[in-house]
Amino acid sequence: MLSWRIFSTRHNRIVFWAVLFLFVVAAIVLSLWTGSVALSPVQVFDVLIGKDTSSTAARIVFYSRLPRTCAALLAGAALAVAGTVIQTVLHNPLASPGVIGVNSGAGFAVAISCAAVPAAQQYAPLVALCGALIAILLVTGLSWHTGASRITVVLAGVAISALFGAGIDAVVTLVPDALDGVTDFRVGGFTGVTIAQLIPAGSLILVCLGAVVSLARLMDILGLGSDTARSLGLSVGAVRFILLFLAAVLAGAAVSFCGLIGFVGLIVPNTMRRLLGEGSLGLTVASALGGAFFVTICDVLARVLFSPFELPVGIILAFAGAPFFLWLLLRQKGVRA
Amino acid sequence: MIQLRNLSAGYSGKPVIEKVTMEFEPGKVTVLVGPNGSGKSTLLKAALGLLPAMEGEVMYEGINIRLLKRKQIAKKAAFLTQSRNTPSIRALQMVLHGRFPYLSYPRYYSKEDYETARQAMKTTGSLPYENTNVTQLSGGQRQGVYLAMALAQDTQAVFMDEPTTYLDISHQFKLMQTARSLALEGKAVVLILHDISLALREGDYIGVFQEGKLLCFDTPDSIYQKGIIEQVFGVSIHRMDTPHGIQYYCTPKEEGNALFPHVR
Repeated sequence: MLSWRIFSTRHNRIVFWAVLFLFVVAAIVLSLWTGSVALSPVQVFDVLIGKDTSSTAARIVFYSRLPRTCAALLAGAALAVAGTVIQTVLHNPLASPGVIGVNSGAGFAVAISCAAVPAAQQYAPLVALCGALIAILLVTGLSWHTGASRITVVLAGVAISALFGAGIDAVVTLVPDALDGVTDFRVGGFTGVTIAQLIPAGSLILVCLGAVVSLARLMDILGLGSDTARSLGLSVGAVRFILLFLAAVLAGAAVSFCGLIGFVGLIVPNTMRRLLGEGSLGLTVASALGGAFFVTICDVLARVLFSPFELPVGIILAFAGAPFFLWLLLRQKGVRA
Repeated sequence: MIQLRNLSAGYSGKPVIEKVTMEFEPGKVTVLVGPNGSGKSTLLKAALGLLPAMEGEVMYEGINIRLLKRKQIAKKAAFLTQSRNTPSIRALQMVLHGRFPYLSYPRYYSKEDYETARQAMKTTGSLPYENTNVTQLSGGQRQGVYLAMALAQDTQAVFMDEPTTYLDISHQFKLMQTARSLALEGKAVVLILHDISLALREGDYIGVFQEGKLLCFDTPDSIYQKGIIEQVFGVSIHRMDTPHGIQYYCTPKEEGNALFPHVR
């Protein structure tokens, strides 16, 4: 990978981090500012610093824009970091949270709960998180049992995904009423996310992000291959298990409040790897910032492009992300991978 | 310093090496040779504790390896593996990974770690590309970086699995020179080599493996005298006293080529 050619020198790296940071700040500002009701930047600012706490503008910011912005930031960071970890652990740039069964596990849990108790739709985030965790435990448990070889993890993930995917279809076929909840979940998005929903999932995400950053050095060693890593004193199986579990919790927590917006976990880590190289600490932090920026800005686009209609954010993510990523690939043609 | 006693090890309950007893001495270069699948790599892995012993034991300075934690082993023996991943990072960062066994949380590299890493790169001649991305190096340069990473582990024993495979002749010689200088520093150096001439010329002791058994463990001279190489590989081996020391070379067995009888 030719990452170093783009941001190799110290000077370039400083530029890279500054630009990334500015992008995130800009995305936050835009996300708070834009929406179906026009608010001036001054109004938003007044609300944020606590000068205005009672007007309609304040309510819009507190109950709609702020939760939505936080949700997009958290989901973006969580999914991108989950992707980074999974790709590093499995030595496979194609891996993403979906590979280890997170999405289908969460989806299946939502489908079951919507079918059994239609009123339970408001608890979908919690249910989805539980489903994701169950899928993760199954996949990691299975692969742990067989020595956590990276191919076993992928295969177990694919098998579990297929199982839960069939489960979703079966539930929807047998109980058509469950369809609404499942469709909402499958399309994904940040409409109607409340702070109350965000707090449990958000704190989980922040804790796991911290944990992944603190384990970055272990990821570096793991990336050298099992024999070398073990001869350097790393307990490869255990570290692999812990990292996969953290990644799965990250993705599961994100999926729980925003539904399936999977593309981020694949594209952001690969982009950052190409721009920055493979030092795990830098890659993790860059992926978190990049994911937060990318999802937030796409959510803004989803709101403003066809206003007052809103597009599902997943569509924007794919339309904006895929061409960029293809351009990045083309730029590096003829370069040894 | 490392003793293998009656060691059997393998995969999924099936032993690949059986009842091997040998010792790797400090200051000596030990070369393991044998046909493909004869158990050389398995032996290295078992000696490093990467594979559990099914029978017998591995002793590090008199301590059974079972009693050592992985990090403790990593401070006593380093391993240059045959196949590995090439992450897209700077060579110096790669070599610094060799300091991992010495790190404790939060795992920042100290000044001494940097010094050790640079010193190791100097030994293997890879210091000139300390800031180059590993993916951009040639095979020989890359091997120097990987070896430097193993040396940065600062261990008394260094194991290398086919370190000269895929290297051009000049890098092969450089690698063997480095191996010798490590032995002169008092390290126990253990190599797997496929090049018999190189093995007999450079090794202090040769271990010849066949079908999971250690057939013979002796000096190159006695290995030659006993005709072990002929017996195991089915080739003729010759010794010549040259101005550049004793050289060994192999030729196909006299009675013709068994695989391709029409070739003479």
